[in-house]
Parts: sequence; structure tokens; C-alpha cells
Amino acid sequence: MADVTLARDFDPLATGGLRRKVRAKTLVYVLLTLFAAFYLIPILIVLLNSFRELPEINRTGFFAIPRSFSVQPWNEALNTFCVVGTCEGIRPFFLNSILMAVPATAISTAIGLVNGYILSMWRFRGSEWLFGFITLGVFLPAQMTLLPWAYILGNAGLTNTITGLVLIHTVQGLSFTTLFCRNYFVNIPDDLIKAARIDGAGFWRIFRRIVLPLSPPIVIVTVIWQFTGIWNDFIYGVIFSSGDKQPITSALIALTAGATSVRYHNVEAAAVLMAAVPPLLVYLFGGKYFMRGLTQGAVK
Amino acid sequence: MTLALDHRSDSSLAWRNRLAAWTPRLVLLPTILASVLYVLIFTLWTLWISVSNSTLLPNLTYGGFKHYVALWNHQRWTIAYTNLFVFGSLYVLGSLILGTFLAILIDQRVRGESVWRAIYLYPLAISFVVTGTSWRWILDPSTGIEAMLRNMGFENASFDWIVNRDMAIYCVVIAGMWQASGFAMALILAGLRSVDQDLIKAAQIDGASMARIYRRVVLPSIRPIFVAVLVILLQFAIKTFDLVYALTGGGPGLSTNVPAIYVYDLMFQRGQIGQGAAAAIMILLALAAVLVPYALYMAWRQRREAANG
Repeated sequence: MADVTLARDFDPLATGGLRRKVRAKTLVYVLLTLFAAFYLIPILIVLLNSFRELPEINRTGFFAIPRSFSVQPWNEALNTFCVVGTCEGIRPFFLNSILMAVPATAISTAIGLVNGYILSMWRFRGSEWLFGFITLGVFLPAQMTLLPWAYILGNAGLTNTITGLVLIHTVQGLSFTTLFCRNYFVNIPDDLIKAARIDGAGFWRIFRRIVLPLSPPIVIVTVIWQFTGIWNDFIYGVIFSSGDKQPITSALIALTAGATSVRYHNVEAAAVLMAAVPPLLVYLFGGKYFMRGLTQGAVK
Repeated sequence: MTLALDHRSDSSLAWRNRLAAWTPRLVLLPTILASVLYVLIFTLWTLWISVSNSTLLPNLTYGGFKHYVALWNHQRWTIAYTNLFVFGSLYVLGSLILGTFLAILIDQRVRGESVWRAIYLYPLAISFVVTGTSWRWILDPSTGIEAMLRNMGFENASFDWIVNRDMAIYCVVIAGMWQASGFAMALILAGLRSVDQDLIKAAQIDGASMARIYRRVVLPSIRPIFVAVLVILLQFAIKTFDLVYALTGGGPGLSTNVPAIYVYDLMFQRGQIGQGAAAAIMILLALAAVLVPYALYMAWRQRREAANG
């Protein structure tokens, strides 16, 4: 599917008289603004309250014009607040998520690239069938994999380790990365590869010299898709890790929904933003590629 | 190939050729093994647990369909799948309608199109845990909208859906739509842009109004995109876990339980892995009920397009 780059070369509102046109245009902008408010307000509310003092939040709730400003909540969220027994703020869990998402993204993308290369340019008997089989993994719901993973992690001594989560996300990610890369490479003209083969270039040489230099767009799409997906994952984190080994999403639930009598809403708000920032940065800087991954990964 | 390599001896050449022919297969092997494990063995594994005698610990002796019988007699499961129907249909239809409306708005040659698009789509990038937690604060009577209304002087204002057993599921719908409607918008907008411009111009020259052009010409011609978005959103709905967990924790009481929460609870909180596996199989069947017809529909369309040249 194409990117949303085409612009209309006609104006759908250009029917009727001038006054009608102006009225219609105004209405469009008013509606766009109202909906923008609907999407922006939740994150803005969280942002504002991460800088307010606790007594004020307790008095007025989250929706009020801030009358205090303090960076203390951020300081606590980053450095000192006690989450599931560790008093170093949300930072260690942020680090856990990085230690989980970066290797799992890198490994699954690297393998996916080679797989995609094979399944598009080195097809053999049954390779199409294998491709279909590998992509079935995209649809398998996490619930089907929980008991087997519990058994495997337990026997491999990987329960409650970051390595265990990396393993899960790598295996699970292979179906996506292979799908993305294969569908991208399939559009590279065969002649290029044939010519290289006639010149005596082998499997790895063609990969290094021809395929890799053509790969940056699909690598970016795949990395963005994998990183945001793994960073945002909750189910594997909450089931297969506990205590100070948790990724940020499950630590966040322990922090904001745990059974305590006093709620530190401002610190919690800061922690929520910390969990949101990495995927948001990826979204803002990789917007076009994010979109491309979305249409490819989703529509399939 | 022989031309370039003819200085080598025949046997070494044959060996190299054979190795070269097998390299792709060997390199692909780890992924094939991982896929066989993940797709085939994991599925059969969970399937077997669901018909075994397992309760707290795996017990691999065959136990028949008792876990399925227990599951369907469980009131909590009834609540969970009823919720899935309520939540799923409202969430999917709501996101589709809202997404279509937003896509049409953006399609009116507005200024700053990419900014509007970015604003509507960003919730998709963040985690359901972040969405669920933020909306929990917004909807909670003590911190959110109700508190705001009371502070503004409406002493009797009440907005307590999230702690109300009958209304809490609609809170999940609102938060879910907030996250997914931008996605529907993005795909539908891409569809709108792919519609043949001449078709639209012709309708315009005929004097059709804008609303009529969209209803009669533009939207019908992107029906396949609606189907695709529908299928993807249904998939999201069936797999919904994190959002409910973060927003309501499945409560108040059991009122926002959904199948994925039920599976988690049985497998890892209550030590009923047999029944949990049976529920997981139900989720798989629900997904298949959505995806298999879609795959058939796609195959049918491809064949028809091929036949029509």
C-alpha cells in the first residue's frame, strides 16, 4: 500500500457558493481541533501533573490549572522512589526495558534480513511454503505460548531474567521481521542477482555487496516495529519477570495499581511518561517509516 | 558460472556448487526450527494440556474435554466472552466510524495535514499500559472528570463509569478507541487517496454534493480497506489484555473480564492450567474465525482480479 503522500488535486469542498465554502472550511478546522484535543489531553494531563505538588493534586484531582510547579516528582521518579522493593526510582526498570528491547530488536532484525534475502532470491523447492509457515507466527496469540515458554524458561534457568525475555521476543519477532524483509526484497529485480551470480559472486557476497546497501529503508521499518512492540509489551514481562528484573511496563503497573494507602500521583505520572517517551521519540523521528511498517505489518 | 571458475579442478568445483546450493537452506534452518517450535509445537502443547488431567502442575495423561466443559459452565467465562462481544463490536465499529470521519476531514485539503495526522495517530505508538493508566486517572471519580466538575461548582456531578459494574466496560471501549481510531484513520486516508480522481471529478461535474460523492463514489470503492481495518481491529479486540489490566484490572468485581485476562488468571494466579489452556484454545479459534474467512476473501479477490486482467 502506498504512503499517504499524494494530495488531492481537487477540493471536495469546492461546491456551492463562496459563503458556503468558507463556512464549510471553518467547520472542518473546528472539528479537527476538537478531535486533536481529545487525543492530546490525556498525555498533556499526565505531563502537567508530573510537575505538580501532591497536596494540590489530592485536593483538586488531575484536571485543574496547575498552581504549583516542582521538579521533585521527576527527581523521585528517576532516582529515589521505591518500586517493588528497589528505591532507585523507575530508572532500573527503564534500563531493563532497554536491555530487553535493544538486543531482541537487533537479533530478530538481523536474522529476518537474511531470511528475507533467502526467501526472495534463493528460492528452493518448498521455500514459498516455508515462508507461509513462518508468517503463521504473526497471528499466534500470546496466550497459546505462555505454558510452553514457562516450561522452556524454567528448564533453561531463564525464569526471571532479561535474557529469557530477549529469547521470547527474538523468536516471536522472527515471523514479523522475515515477513517484512521478504516482502521488500521480492521487489528487487532478479536480473541484478542473476548478473552477480554469473560473475561468480556467492551467497554472502551478494548479500553484502548488493542486498545490504539496498536495505536501509526496510531495516528502519523493521527496527521501529520491533522496538516499539517489544518496549510496549506487557504480558511476557508481567508473567516471566518479577522484582527488580521487570521491564518498565509491568513495573509501572506495580507502581500505579499496587495496593498502597497513599498514592503519589505526581511521581506515578512522571513514571508513566518515562515509559511513553522512547516509543514516542521513535514515532516522531521515524514517522514515515512507522506508517510504512504499520500498513505492511497490519494489512499483510 | 563455469566460465568464471574454469581454472579450478572439477571435483572442487562440484563440491563448491553443492555447498552453494545448500547454503540458503542451512542458513534458514534455525528460523525453520524456531518456527516449528513456536507455531507447531507450542500450539500442540497448549492443545494437549487443554485435554489432559493438568490442574496446578502439568499432568500429561489424557483427561478428555472436562476442562472445556468446566470452562463453559464457569460464570466468569460467560462474563468474559460476553464482554468481548460488547467491547469488540463497539470498539471496532466506533474506531472505524471515527477513523473514517477523521480521514474525510483531513482529506479536505487542510493546512498542516501531517501535523493533524501525527496527533491522531500517536496513541498507537505508546503502550497499552500507558494508555490504560492515563485513562484510569481521567475516569476515576476521585482524580478525573468527576473531580473536575465538582471543583467547578457542580456539587452533584457524577461520572463514575469506571467503578460502576454496568458501565465499566464502556470505559475500556473509550480508551481502546482513543488508541486505535488514529490507525483506522491512517489506513482509510491512504485508501481515499488511492481512489481514481477522474471518477470524483466526473461526479463533481454532474453536480453531486460532497457528502454524496463520498457516500456513493469514494467510500464504496475502498471497501477492501474497510474489510482489512475491520479484521485487524477484531484481532486487536480478541487479544486485548494489557489495556484492561491497566485500566480496570478486570473489575470492578468481574465486570470487565475478557478472555485474555481469564487465561492469565487461571494459568498463573489460580493454578488451573488445564482450564486456562482450554480458554487459550478458544481465543485461537476466535482468531481463526476472523482470519480464515478473510484469507479466503483475499484469495477470491486475487483470483477475480487475475481473471479480469
